[in-house]
Amino acid sequence: MVYPLHTSYLISHISYLFHMKTIADLKVGERGIIVNFTDEEFSLKLLEMGCLPGTQVTMTHIAPFGDPIAVKVSGYVLSMRKEEAATIVIA
Amino acid sequence: MKKSPKIALIGNPNAGKSSLFNSLTGLRQKTGNFPGVTMDKLIGKWKLEKGDDAEILDLPGIYSIYPKSVDEQVVINILANPQHPDYPDLAIVVADASNLKRNLLLFSQVRDLGIPTVLALNMIDVAESQGIVINSVKLARELNVEVAEVNAKKGIGLNGLRLSVNKTLETNYNSNDSLPMDYDREMVEEIKEKYGDTDDYHALLWLSEHDNLIQFDEKQRIEFDNIQEKYGWKTQNAQSKETMARYSQLNEIVDNCLHEVPAEEEEINTWTDRLDKIFLHRFWGYFIFLGILFIVFQAIFTWATYPMDLIDGGIANLNDFLKTNLPPTKLTDLLTDGLIAGIGGVLIFIPQIAFLFLFISMLEETGYMSRVMFIMDKLMRRFGLNGKSVVPLISGVACAVPAIMSTRSIGSWKDRLITIMVTPLMSCSARLPIYTVLIALVVPEKSTLFGIFNLQGVVLFAMYLLGFFMALFSAYVMKLLLKVKERSYFIMELPSYKSPRFSHVMITILNSTKAFVFEAGKVIVAISIVLWVLASYGPGDAIEQAEIYVKTQNPTLSGTELQNKISSQKLENSYAGRFGKVIEPVIKPLGYDWKIGIALITSFAAREVFVGTMSTIYSLGGEANEENSTVMKRMRAEINPETGKPMYDMALGFSLLIFYAFAMQCMSTLAVTYRETKSWKYPTIQFVYMTALAYISAFVVYQVLK
Ligand SMILES: Nc1nc2c(ncn2[C@@H]2O[C@H](COP(=O)(O)OP(=O)(O)OP(=O)(O)O)[C@@H](O)[C@H]2O)c(=O)[nH]1
Ligand SMILES: [Mg+2]
Repeated sequence: MVYPLHTSYLISHISYLFHMKTIADLKVGERGIIVNFTDEEFSLKLLEMGCLPGTQVTMTHIAPFGDPIAVKVSGYVLSMRKEEAATIVIA
Repeated sequence: MKKSPKIALIGNPNAGKSSLFNSLTGLRQKTGNFPGVTMDKLIGKWKLEKGDDAEILDLPGIYSIYPKSVDEQVVINILANPQHPDYPDLAIVVADASNLKRNLLLFSQVRDLGIPTVLALNMIDVAESQGIVINSVKLARELNVEVAEVNAKKGIGLNGLRLSVNKTLETNYNSNDSLPMDYDREMVEEIKEKYGDTDDYHALLWLSEHDNLIQFDEKQRIEFDNIQEKYGWKTQNAQSKETMARYSQLNEIVDNCLHEVPAEEEEINTWTDRLDKIFLHRFWGYFIFLGILFIVFQAIFTWATYPMDLIDGGIANLNDFLKTNLPPTKLTDLLTDGLIAGIGGVLIFIPQIAFLFLFISMLEETGYMSRVMFIMDKLMRRFGLNGKSVVPLISGVACAVPAIMSTRSIGSWKDRLITIMVTPLMSCSARLPIYTVLIALVVPEKSTLFGIFNLQGVVLFAMYLLGFFMALFSAYVMKLLLKVKERSYFIMELPSYKSPRFSHVMITILNSTKAFVFEAGKVIVAISIVLWVLASYGPGDAIEQAEIYVKTQNPTLSGTELQNKISSQKLENSYAGRFGKVIEPVIKPLGYDWKIGIALITSFAAREVFVGTMSTIYSLGGEANEENSTVMKRMRAEINPETGKPMYDMALGFSLLIFYAFAMQCMSTLAVTYRETKSWKYPTIQFVYMTALAYISAFVVYQVLK
């Protein structure tokens, strides 16, 4: 799990570089459908937690200071950091 | 059917495994409404129909058989190794019905490992409140498994579960047809050849997780690496593919068996949604949390005083009674001034400690704990910690030992290590008696802040905050020193709020308080006896000499005044006194004399003996009359021989408070740090840095206030 910092930085910003919309861009109450992931390591954990491509997510809470966030997915509330949310591409 | 079958409870974190374990075995394994309560395995007995009891194994929660943290690893080490002594004959997969699909993912993996499996559908009440209805008969048919509906918390449906388990044990049935994903058969055959015959899924699990499985040695691990290379195996990729394949199978099954009453579009506003609007508020969230904490500490100091005064009075009466009715021997002194005063020093704090446990147990059982993790994550991250560090830090207020164990759910090693290192700075319940005594000495009882808040309560709250901020600060320094660049994550479920069961909370408080009193009591009794001996005897005839010395030095004195002088001189010349004198030069700059030095030495192994030591010392070496029956009164009466003013003034009081807040005076904590980090390096660093911190801070405080 040891990544050099710059790679992890790049990975979590790939979506931004390519102008893809991610969960991190949602405002409270907004929804999206998961398309894919830009980070393999997070993606396994997220898949196991029920964030599958094709699933609908709703942004429900943003913590004080804007991070982490909580989304409703597959019928329950899942919290994650912005950095992690930015690896989930939505449509 | 085997004799005494082994049954493992497996399921997602917070699915209700420990609650079910408690209902089945009658034991009281700790439960709580947030993911990651159970950190290690625990075995209990369950009466299955006729014949032998089954062995029930409660385990930490897992989301899949691919572990991401140390607590999850415990489970996989068992499941991956059919030779493991705890490898189950049957698995009860406990599933949260309000989140069925995700829970079934793990179920399908466990079943494919070839373990006979029963599905226990739990939290049906929660599912129903969200408008979800599950057809469990259909589910059983589609999954080809025995399904039992249970309510683990209330212990409903246990007979049905027993039937399902018996049936499955008899047929030994597991529907391990074929794995849902593609894989290289040739590769699997090679693994089986090298590592012994097993099913395909175990072989694949070994291949991907071999680095973390304790069943393999270094040589075997290298072999696995070679096989991975030879067949171009990509672990993460394969695991993702498998997860997706499983979900697409489960989708269909769940769609067939689950009815959601309102269509997904019209969100129903559950209690949890409404409460989260308040507790997770972007602005008010922090204030609400601080407010809750503040009220708790006010409660500890104000409400708890009534029962405390009663206990205090009772102990003082008992002591007076014994003193007047027993022969005035040294043994009586040991009993009254040593043992009873020492134990009383703990007993009197039961009301406060019970309040503290009540508060922690409410945090844990309602589900608010995971909200605190959520709002604190960003802040904690700045200091090298993690939102999940909140659990150890808060439970560290009770005791650092279980708190350090609870760091196992923190996935990143660096975050976990820092959390372990700073958790003992949180003010544990053993510090509470010390704080209470010292605060009562330096802060006037009747004073208030703004006329409403009890000032002693405010100072107590400040002591806890001080511990917390020092933990943050130390974490920050360690973050700078530790050069590891490791990705940490915070992907965590926020469970729905649940109302705690009154009886459970009461039992928890009762048990924790009892454990505290007995644990502390044992240490106090042991140390009191040793201390009493050391304080009553001295090298050679030093004790006799002391009496003669005082009499010749003060020929005019008589009566109690003379007796007091003599006893204090005797104490000074006893073994304990000598020890205190030896370290006096070191602690003098902090404002401490040799008597406090003795207390520092005895608190070295366990800080809870402070109050008992003080009472032994002051009863042996000072005026023992009706007025000064309790430790607090004796300490208040103590005069500084150099200044002639009261010994325990602001400067000394705060210096001692700070010292006990930061010092590492707990062998058990060092032992658990050793166990969790598997190295003597970290407990050593912990001891050194905390002691240094305590010494320097106490020095500064004393010198400034003096
Ligand atoms: N409403 C309801 N609550 C339940 C039920 N079963 C358990 N709970 C509650 O759910 C929470 C979690 O229960 P635990 O038994 O601690 O869960 P666990 O699976 O052992 O969790 P970990 O040890 O963290 O893996 C507790 O607050 C229980 O009181 C149930 O059937 N209905
Ligand atoms: Mg548990």
